[in-house]
Amino acid sequence: MDRPLRLIAANPLDQLARTIEALLVVASVPLTVEDIAEAAEDHPERVEAALGLVGDRYREGRSGVVLEKVAGGWAFRASRDAADACARLFEKPAQRNLSQASLETLAIVAYLGPCTRPEIARIRGVAADSAVANLTERGLIAEAGRDDAAGGAIRYRTTPLFERIFGLESLSELPRLDDIGADADQIRDRLHQVAEMRSA
Amino acid sequence: MIVRELELDLDAFEGPFDLLLTLVLKDELDLREVDVAAIVLAFIERLAVRDELDLEACGEFLVLISALLELKARGLFPEEAAELAELEPEAAAEELARRLAEYRRMKEAAAWLRERLETEGDRFFRIGPAPLAPKVEQPLAPQEPLRLASVLRALAVEPPQVSLSHMSLRFPPVSQFLERFRAVLRRRSRFDFDAEVNGLTRVEQAVAFLALLDLRRAGEITIEQAAPFAPIRVARSGEENTARDERTVAWTVRSA
Repeated sequence: MDRPLRLIAANPLDQLARTIEALLVVASVPLTVEDIAEAAEDHPERVEAALGLVGDRYREGRSGVVLEKVAGGWAFRASRDAADACARLFEKPAQRNLSQASLETLAIVAYLGPCTRPEIARIRGVAADSAVANLTERGLIAEAGRDDAAGGAIRYRTTPLFERIFGLESLSELPRLDDIGADADQIRDRLHQVAEMRSA
Repeated sequence: MIVRELELDLDAFEGPFDLLLTLVLKDELDLREVDVAAIVLAFIERLAVRDELDLEACGEFLVLISALLELKARGLFPEEAAELAELEPEAAAEELARRLAEYRRMKEAAAWLRERLETEGDRFFRIGPAPLAPKVEQPLAPQEPLRLASVLRALAVEPPQVSLSHMSLRFPPVSQFLERFRAVLRRRSRFDFDAEVNGLTRVEQAVAFLALLDLRRAGEITIEQAAPFAPIRVARSGEENTARDERTVAWTVRSA
């Protein structure tokens, strides 16, 4: 009666897979393979293999709970099918009503971080104080030491929560900056075009 | 159209343009918080409402807005302002284009993030505090119970009694000094206290002084001292120094 599913039971990693399920249910942050290996007192290679088992069991379309690799670790989240139901019950305070200024600041910190407020202001052309405070309060960015240069301004970096909300395995998943946006040449050409139109 | 009366509705400021200028010049409004592009937009919108191009207003606006931009640039890059001014026009344009491109890329990155936020909007997961257990320290190497017991036994030994012998004071009886002073006063009518107790221990001197106070209370003697720490002179009652009154006054004044 209490026999586990036959398919899973046939696998020698079943016990470890069940331990991993338990750890991920309790965790509120993504767990690395090392975290899991230490807690389960098992080898990282076996944990990786067992995560494969768990991932196969908890995937979109098969389960209401989905295993995903995110923010440098492994975590459970709700399946997308259940998103509407979740939205009726839960709020998403961290990403609600993110202003354009906050998003631009977030982009700068994500791409160039750790960086200081003066550096952000330099790129955006307006003071970044309120946007940085807002993002810090939401938990999307956090302090990351001080600048070595004179003044020692506080540096900021994005948090694992940022990666989780945006569904990134790591910051390296961000698209390359060269691939998006106009480059300096294009802008310069446009400036020249405008100048020529004037003189014409 | 009067540029100074241009109504503005910005995040950092709401009101006519000339008031904004006044506040900025008085340092009551931080120009870094002001979105200059929004002012330009407000002006252009206003301009568009009219059919004909108001050249005078445009000129005035250009002068004001460029001054504002320069002020803001200096405020944002206090050190770089000088740096940029030193550049040749061509190099300055390059630098400007580079910065514009950098900002443009960040704007695009922000747009990508917004798009991502929308496509990933149906992600729900557990957040909240992460009460991870603190890492367990490596346990000590295996210990022998007998050895542990012997160590504990060593700790449990009662410490040796601390000797207080050096603190015991031997007080000679006050009566000893009472008799001694009475004997002195039988031989002479007055004596010097300090001379009399000279050579005695500190404790003996203290007891001797108590005896002196006792005699004074009984009215057997009078005591005089010309000044604090001056020699204490003791006399049989009724045989005070003739200059007693004078000295007492001096003593009182000094001690006061």
